[in-house]
Amino acid sequence: MHARSVIVVGGSLAGVRTSQALRAEGYDGRLVLVGEEPELPYDRPPLSKGALRDDDVPVLLTEADAVQLDLTLRLGVAAAGLDLADGCVVLADGDRLPFDDVVVATGSRPRPSPWGTPPGVHLLRTRADATALRADLRRSGHLVVVGAGFIGAEVSATARALGVEVTLVDPLPAPMSRVLGADVGGIFTELHRRHGVETRLGAAVADIESTPAGPRVVLADGEVLPATSVLVGCGALPNDDWLRSSGLEVADGLVCDQHCRSTSDERVHAVGDVARWWHPRHGESVRIEHWTNAVEQAAVVAHNIVSPDRPRAYAPVEYVWSDQYDWKVQLVGRTLGAPVRTLGEPAEGRFAVVYGAGDGRLGGLLAVNWPRAVVAARRAVAGREDIEALVGALQAVGSRGR
Amino acid sequence: MARIRANLGLCQGYANCAIEAEDVFDIDDDGTVVVLRSEVPEPERARVEAAARTCPVHALSVE
Repeated sequence: MHARSVIVVGGSLAGVRTSQALRAEGYDGRLVLVGEEPELPYDRPPLSKGALRDDDVPVLLTEADAVQLDLTLRLGVAAAGLDLADGCVVLADGDRLPFDDVVVATGSRPRPSPWGTPPGVHLLRTRADATALRADLRRSGHLVVVGAGFIGAEVSATARALGVEVTLVDPLPAPMSRVLGADVGGIFTELHRRHGVETRLGAAVADIESTPAGPRVVLADGEVLPATSVLVGCGALPNDDWLRSSGLEVADGLVCDQHCRSTSDERVHAVGDVARWWHPRHGESVRIEHWTNAVEQAAVVAHNIVSPDRPRAYAPVEYVWSDQYDWKVQLVGRTLGAPVRTLGEPAEGRFAVVYGAGDGRLGGLLAVNWPRAVVAARRAVAGREDIEALVGALQAVGSRGR
Repeated sequence: MARIRANLGLCQGYANCAIEAEDVFDIDDDGTVVVLRSEVPEPERARVEAAARTCPVHALSVE
């Protein structure tokens, strides 16, 4: 007889919440959390917002919390591989941690800058990244943001609040248009311009050069944007390289079934940005990089480890938020289809856009400064309600609003 | 009984709590949490604690 052992690999939100949920589910065996970063697990959403102002990054788990959970922390050491034949997680320092179940929660990293990262050019993922960017922003000057996705848009807004001049560059025609479409994205172009952001949209970057005066961004049309600092925010890649030698199926994330178990080995589970699992409502495999997904998936995986005889399928409604200036931006479900209805007035800073799923059904919702619309939409998508039912519900909550 | 506390100054209206435990939490017109039941019986503690863990700004606690 040996005590059961669960190794959680990844010391960020997904790993912490899985550890907490395992104990809440009644798991009483050995529990180890492995994290590459040396510091206690911290929350990442503030890194593009408040942490650029005042270094205020909430800790997700204290030493005392770990003691209370009977959770062993192995921080400051990366996992190097999984030895499935021997049932061990192999750490970079050579240690081998035997497991009965292992949770892969290694997250994602920024897509590398195609133009390198000479001095003054930043990526943003870790607290150390935010500290370095904050130091540059304090020197004020001119920030060029390459990539107008969530990170780029949020950092632009934060930098403007700090009095920094900002130029926002993206090859697509509008901010966040990969998820919102170009038309709705245009509302955000106006938002950023109103707050003094210069935009170069539909503009490809040819190079980022390093000069004694600082970096400068060269656009494909030849325009040169001098900067004191540059943020490159061009998406993220799953941290699945360490699994390649394991024999597990890896394809833009660890490939899992609807129970978030590896298709290759049911002792291996995945949570958060690195998990690619079969989403039963969508009928396809997906990978989601949202905060709320990591938390909801952690609860399902913990249940499935504790109760493997009655596993839960994981079919979440996508939900992500973004704070830009005085706009609280919230997205529900899938917004890749056509926008079919707009409620409220974008000019008044409180509105929602309902998206179809392409087959006439409800896909998702964008809401700005309207949290009750978000609650209605999350329930409507989960309940497979149709578009008109959600519009009716939004009109009902809207009429009770301001 | 498990007592539920919400820090209304921290709440940002992310509404994860209202999705996780709609019988305990709601969101008002201004986007602030409303605690519908400030006490729940012990057997419901784990479920409410799980809902509190979904709050991105740690505005909820269960005592």
